[in-house]
Amino acid sequence: MSTVATPAAPPRRRRRGSKLQRRQTRIGWVLLIPALAVVALVAIYPLGKTIYYSFTNQEFLQGIEPTKWVGLENYRTLWHDTIFRTAVWETVKFTLITVSFEFVLGMIIALVVNSSFKGRGAMRAVMLVPWAIPTVVAAQMWKWMYDDVYGVINDAGVRLHIFSHSHAWISEPSTALGSVCAVDIWKTTPFVALLLLAGLQVIPQDLYEAANVDGASKIQQFWRITLPLLRPAILVALIFRTLDALRVFDVFYVFFGNRPDTQTMAIYAQSTIVGDGHVGYGSAVSVAIFLIIGLFVAIYVTVMRVSGGDD
Amino acid sequence: MSAVAEAAKTARRPISRSRVLRRSPVGRFLIKLPFWLLIAAIFVYALFPFYWAIRSAFTPDSEQFSTPIKYWPAHPTWANFREVLSTSTFQHALINSTIVAGSVTLFSLLIGSLAAYALGRFRFHGRSAVLYLMLSMTIFPQIAILGALYTMINNFHLYDKLGALIFSYLIFTLPFTVWVLTSFMRGLPGDLEEAAYVDGATPLQVFYKVLLPLIAPGLVTTGLLAFIAAWNEYLYALSFIQSPDKYTVPLAITTFVGKSGSTFQVPWGQIMAATVIVTLPLIAAVLVLQRRILAGLTAGAVKG
Amino acid sequence: MKHRALLIVAGLIGAVTLVASLSVAAAGTTRPEAHAAPVKSAAIAPPAVPNAAALKAKYKGQSIQFIGDAAVGSSHKRDLKLVAKFQHDTGIKVNLLPHPSGSDAAYAQLARAFGSKSSKPDVMMLDVVWPGAFAPYLLNLKPKLGKVSKQFAQGIVQNDTVGGKLVAMPWFGDFGILYYRKDLLKKYGISAPPKTWNDLFTQAKKIQDGEQKTNKNFYGFVFQGNSYEGLTCDALEWVASAGGGNFIDNGKVTINNSKAKTILDAMRNQIGKITPRGVTSYDEEGARNVFAAGNAAFMRNWPYAYAANLTTPVKGKYGVTVLPHGAAGHSVGTVGGWQLGVSKYSKHKDAAIEFVRYMTSPKVQRFNAIFNSNVPTIPSVAKDKQVVKTNPYLTPAIANVARVTRPAKYLKTHYNEGSKDIYQGISQILNGTPAGSVLPGVASKLNALVK
Repeated sequence: MSTVATPAAPPRRRRRGSKLQRRQTRIGWVLLIPALAVVALVAIYPLGKTIYYSFTNQEFLQGIEPTKWVGLENYRTLWHDTIFRTAVWETVKFTLITVSFEFVLGMIIALVVNSSFKGRGAMRAVMLVPWAIPTVVAAQMWKWMYDDVYGVINDAGVRLHIFSHSHAWISEPSTALGSVCAVDIWKTTPFVALLLLAGLQVIPQDLYEAANVDGASKIQQFWRITLPLLRPAILVALIFRTLDALRVFDVFYVFFGNRPDTQTMAIYAQSTIVGDGHVGYGSAVSVAIFLIIGLFVAIYVTVMRVSGGDD
Repeated sequence: MSAVAEAAKTARRPISRSRVLRRSPVGRFLIKLPFWLLIAAIFVYALFPFYWAIRSAFTPDSEQFSTPIKYWPAHPTWANFREVLSTSTFQHALINSTIVAGSVTLFSLLIGSLAAYALGRFRFHGRSAVLYLMLSMTIFPQIAILGALYTMINNFHLYDKLGALIFSYLIFTLPFTVWVLTSFMRGLPGDLEEAAYVDGATPLQVFYKVLLPLIAPGLVTTGLLAFIAAWNEYLYALSFIQSPDKYTVPLAITTFVGKSGSTFQVPWGQIMAATVIVTLPLIAAVLVLQRRILAGLTAGAVKG
Repeated sequence: MKHRALLIVAGLIGAVTLVASLSVAAAGTTRPEAHAAPVKSAAIAPPAVPNAAALKAKYKGQSIQFIGDAAVGSSHKRDLKLVAKFQHDTGIKVNLLPHPSGSDAAYAQLARAFGSKSSKPDVMMLDVVWPGAFAPYLLNLKPKLGKVSKQFAQGIVQNDTVGGKLVAMPWFGDFGILYYRKDLLKKYGISAPPKTWNDLFTQAKKIQDGEQKTNKNFYGFVFQGNSYEGLTCDALEWVASAGGGNFIDNGKVTINNSKAKTILDAMRNQIGKITPRGVTSYDEEGARNVFAAGNAAFMRNWPYAYAANLTTPVKGKYGVTVLPHGAAGHSVGTVGGWQLGVSKYSKHKDAAIEFVRYMTSPKVQRFNAIFNSNVPTIPSVAKDKQVVKTNPYLTPAIANVARVTRPAKYLKTHYNEGSKDIYQGISQILNGTPAGSVLPGVASKLNALVK
């Protein structure tokens, strides 16, 4: 039984000349054909079109103004767009808060479900419930739970003496972001928890047994065995959660509509494309969002790589 | 210092008082108390809104938003459930959503695991590029590619057909399926296939006989996440489906109309009843199946 | 293993205890239960098509597509009945498609159809703020329906007339009204609902102070304060009723004036005082939830709330009247509702026009009003006894209130953007910024769009 404590590198074939390597390459690409076909159809064309639109002044209601190429004009306007800048900052704040909470909570839940802890069956159900409720419904439900007149959160909080009085969580600028973060954390922690759980389930038990024999404490086992082996799962969970958080739309829209101080990047893109009808400018906004998110992904990958990971 | 002297030194160290306390029954309980409180808090946070949905589903219109708040309605009623289940739109929607989500999940797992096999077990140039290409699919805001997608779907004559949704949902299920399964594939020991190849197996046989069972947790997890994500998607369904008999569940839920007939009114009781109807079986099914699926898949690995 | 059962039992007991104690604490005075039976659609048949024989001779066999009301509920049933009757009488086949439930999606659907010059749909439902945007794609109905249109509420007809062309026929109307608690006005010795905004503030404060002694969830006034299209409607009522104009008048941006400033600042000062602090995130249902549970003295909302509140604890306790006005103005109501238009690209224009003629005719509007509580757009229909019985807010005093329309005509395809500039500005004001520092910015944005 292999006792490596780090994920193994992909299998190394004995280099019997380049024939085997070519065969590997061929098989690899053939296996990828279905996935690449989907990507080309479903993503490349729409992405390409969006990038194309960003260089034009396309409007939603065609025929009003003739569509013409405007080069970098949309991007120049975007650079000076303070509303977009506010939206970016708002989204980044939201992302940092929610992803960190989701990661910690997700980790706790995954560890509990994976252990021999007595409540783990119930925890497994708990893990799924928020994820299973449609987002549009969940957002509306939370909005009415937060209400300052008939909302249950204020009611229970006041009765249990957690708050001194009802708060207008959504209307007050100071609590607005926090209130929406709580909803997103509730909704998407299951996603993180499930991914981490899957990663935990493939860690061989004998590693822990050996560590027990060596006298390592549970905490040491966590830091030295669990975390490193979980790194791929953590990376995937963090990347996808960050991606989704940076594109957040539904909850903010239900809670705030188009309130100027709580717009996210996606809400701004939506209101520009559909509301104002500026498909060209909105596409430039979308491309900017794409680049910003890409930046985050690059940061993750670099950090993970630098801190001792393999390819 | 000699090893013997070191060992003797260790043996003679007195046990600290804090260690005694930690090991006693009271001490163990006290240490676990914050932990239990945390678990309890997580339970409340996760489940309370769902409890609230159930409570609202059984609440008649007259008590829905009344204050002081009733944590359980004074006159619980089945009326909301009855109304939801009797609309044919909702009945069709359940079937439509099952078809769409099921197909999307199957396609994602199939295509995704093949791709993960290539990206995780073979070496060739361009692997990372493909992974990041997959990722880039999900980076655009949904609204941005909506217009172009709409044009494409029209050209394929898929407008107002479930196929449009199956097609477009792959945009967000395929990337994380590929990523997760790839990392699982890479986590398997390097020389796993050697024995099989020696026995004369083809790469595909290696794939489904040796590797798939071993990444079972990954398959179950991504399948589940993909299913639920496809089930709950709203924007593309709203944009590509027109006929009420093809509505998916989220669409059907948002078309419930209250007694006034106006589109302003939000029939909250019915919406909550529909949510409960849709969520409970999903969770129950998953709980039952998760263990079974995992056991079934990994059993194959042990024997094989 | 043996601890597990104990844990589960303990957990369940704990949960039940928590719920029970919260419920006991929450059980205040027993509330009189309102077990109203749901409002039954009156047994009424769709009217016959006038001139059916002639229409049959001319257009029989032609087929048109009609994008109608939402997919389920009584609105859909209404559409189905009318379409069936029309088909039966004239032989013109009508394919009914419900529009998507979101306003954005419905707009996008039409925009795409027009943009691709599609011959379908032939007839479509248009929100009252869309004729300006879609005018280039709509058929001019004046030649065939101009004469008939004189029976309709002229304010709406003008809204539907863009560049001299009548591009849509008003189908059903909606307008803002004031809901008030008859019983509370009586209890506090107030003889009549408020005529001016200051009256409203005073009355609301009086009732709120009294009621909050026993019900700390009670507030004086609720309305649509979220940062969305509904706020444009509410704010238009405040400003127009105070003599501050209609945001854009005769093509000129007039929103930045002292009367508008005064009334908006007055509203701003009431947030959190006679209104809940959370009113700035309320939409139609958010406000209605408060009023319907008995926690508000006054509410601004659309007529739909009348029927919707019949199954709530305030049944029988509320009345409706026109909204208050400012010192220098008169009462108004913002126009909502839907119109019917015909696509310029339709292949069966005449058949489509006849369908529109039928659907907007007085008899059908009467049917709509009784069957589905839709507000008629023909003033004479609003006088019908049966109609008023089903829709008590159609008493002449209320039905004849001056209608104000949002500036869609002047903003045309930029209406959404312009409205957003307006409601975002108003939202800022309501959340604490003085109107004087917000209105100039809104005005300059609107000016850029009106050009």
